[in-house]
Amino acid sequence: MNLTIDVTNKEHKSVVSLSGEIDAFTAPKLKEELLPLTKEEGKTVEVDLNNVNYMDSTGLGVFISALKSTKEHDSELKLVHMQERVHRLFKITGLTEIMNIDSTVQGGI
Amino acid sequence: MSTLKLDLENYKELLKEYIRTKDEQALYQAEQFSKHSMQHNISPEEIINIHVQSLQEIYPEMPADIQASMNFLLETMISYGLAYQEHQALREKQLELKSELSVAANMQKTLLSTNKPDFDGIDIGAISVPAKQMNGDYHHFVQDQEGSLGIGIADVIGKGVPAALCMSMIKYSMDSFPHKRMEPSVILESLNRVVERNVDSSMFITMFYGLYDPKDHKFYYSSAGHEPGYYYHHEQGEFSEMDAPGLVLGVTKDAEYPQNEKQVDPGDMIIMLTDGVTECRQGDRFIEPEEVLEIIKEYMHLPAQEMVEQVYKHFEKLQDFQLRDDFTLVVLRRDV
Repeated sequence: MNLTIDVTNKEHKSVVSLSGEIDAFTAPKLKEELLPLTKEEGKTVEVDLNNVNYMDSTGLGVFISALKSTKEHDSELKLVHMQERVHRLFKITGLTEIMNIDSTVQGGI
Repeated sequence: MSTLKLDLENYKELLKEYIRTKDEQALYQAEQFSKHSMQHNISPEEIINIHVQSLQEIYPEMPADIQASMNFLLETMISYGLAYQEHQALREKQLELKSELSVAANMQKTLLSTNKPDFDGIDIGAISVPAKQMNGDYHHFVQDQEGSLGIGIADVIGKGVPAALCMSMIKYSMDSFPHKRMEPSVILESLNRVVERNVDSSMFITMFYGLYDPKDHKFYYSSAGHEPGYYYHHEQGEFSEMDAPGLVLGVTKDAEYPQNEKQVDPGDMIIMLTDGVTECRQGDRFIEPEEVLEIIKEYMHLPAQEMVEQVYKHFEKLQDFQLRDDFTLVVLRRDV
């Protein structure tokens, strides 16, 4: 399975739109793209998960390292449009308590 | 050099023979020649070279264009030959790694082995199947000094060798805890500090820890972001989720793990698993947790060990079933 990563950079914000599956095969690629973004002070990194319907625990690992990195570099990580199946994973692992997650899935219009 | 020379003579004769008779026998011998060349690490371009030389000897009048085309072929084969050599070297290296890995896997089995205890009044079943060579799941039984049974079940995120090494660390820190009374919340809090200090930032561990006290038949449990277990109420014939909030190990230093308790009645069952069980897939379809419970129900009449083995076999038999993650299932049942 594949993962497409699209990064749009604005002044203080990067939007990372993902589409596909995040698993042991695609996670390293995601980590490579995502981590450098979190190393810029004052930056908000918004990850759009609207088109991600499968993530395994390796994917969680990437977001945990990203979160740790934002704390070190004074930046911010935001996960938006998270699908229910993926959200379950964040909930079980207790990460919903410590991460900025907006799980409203984008509607029709 | 003399063997090569001999080979050249040999090849020339074979070629001559074949051109004259078009005989299968000569082709067979050509095959032998090629095998022999491989054994002696003779590169493909060397064989072409032998072919060119033989041709020149057989047809001294060979047109210059054909001659030139042969040189062209020779040049082409040189880079092919180099790539082939590299490929051979990698294959050898791969075999070497494979055997080292299987040594490591065996060592891991020894290091992490746990004995399923014989515990009066409780029937225990446990199965753990790695998706790859090394297992990133772990389960552990320990009896504390007050006679209670402790059960830990854990999943290292990140698969393969690093995960397996990490598991050994967990096991040895657990062994070093005082064995007086293994309170789940205390154990998870201590492990969290160990993992937070020692493990790479993208690696983390989920763990469920339970303690069964046979004196009052109470089960105490805490979870560090682990896949929730299930509780089977014998009298009602119903399952319920053993939800226990708690953050995965290794994310923040000061995570706390609230402890829950349950009164275990005769025939009740505690089911602990890893996400390898709930992340099973059949083709493109996920297997839902309810399906896992239905299968457990189907084999519930069996002794606990047979039951967990049958549940695994059931999934293994499904068409297009792929084990994407390590699969661990542990069941405790209070005797009726």
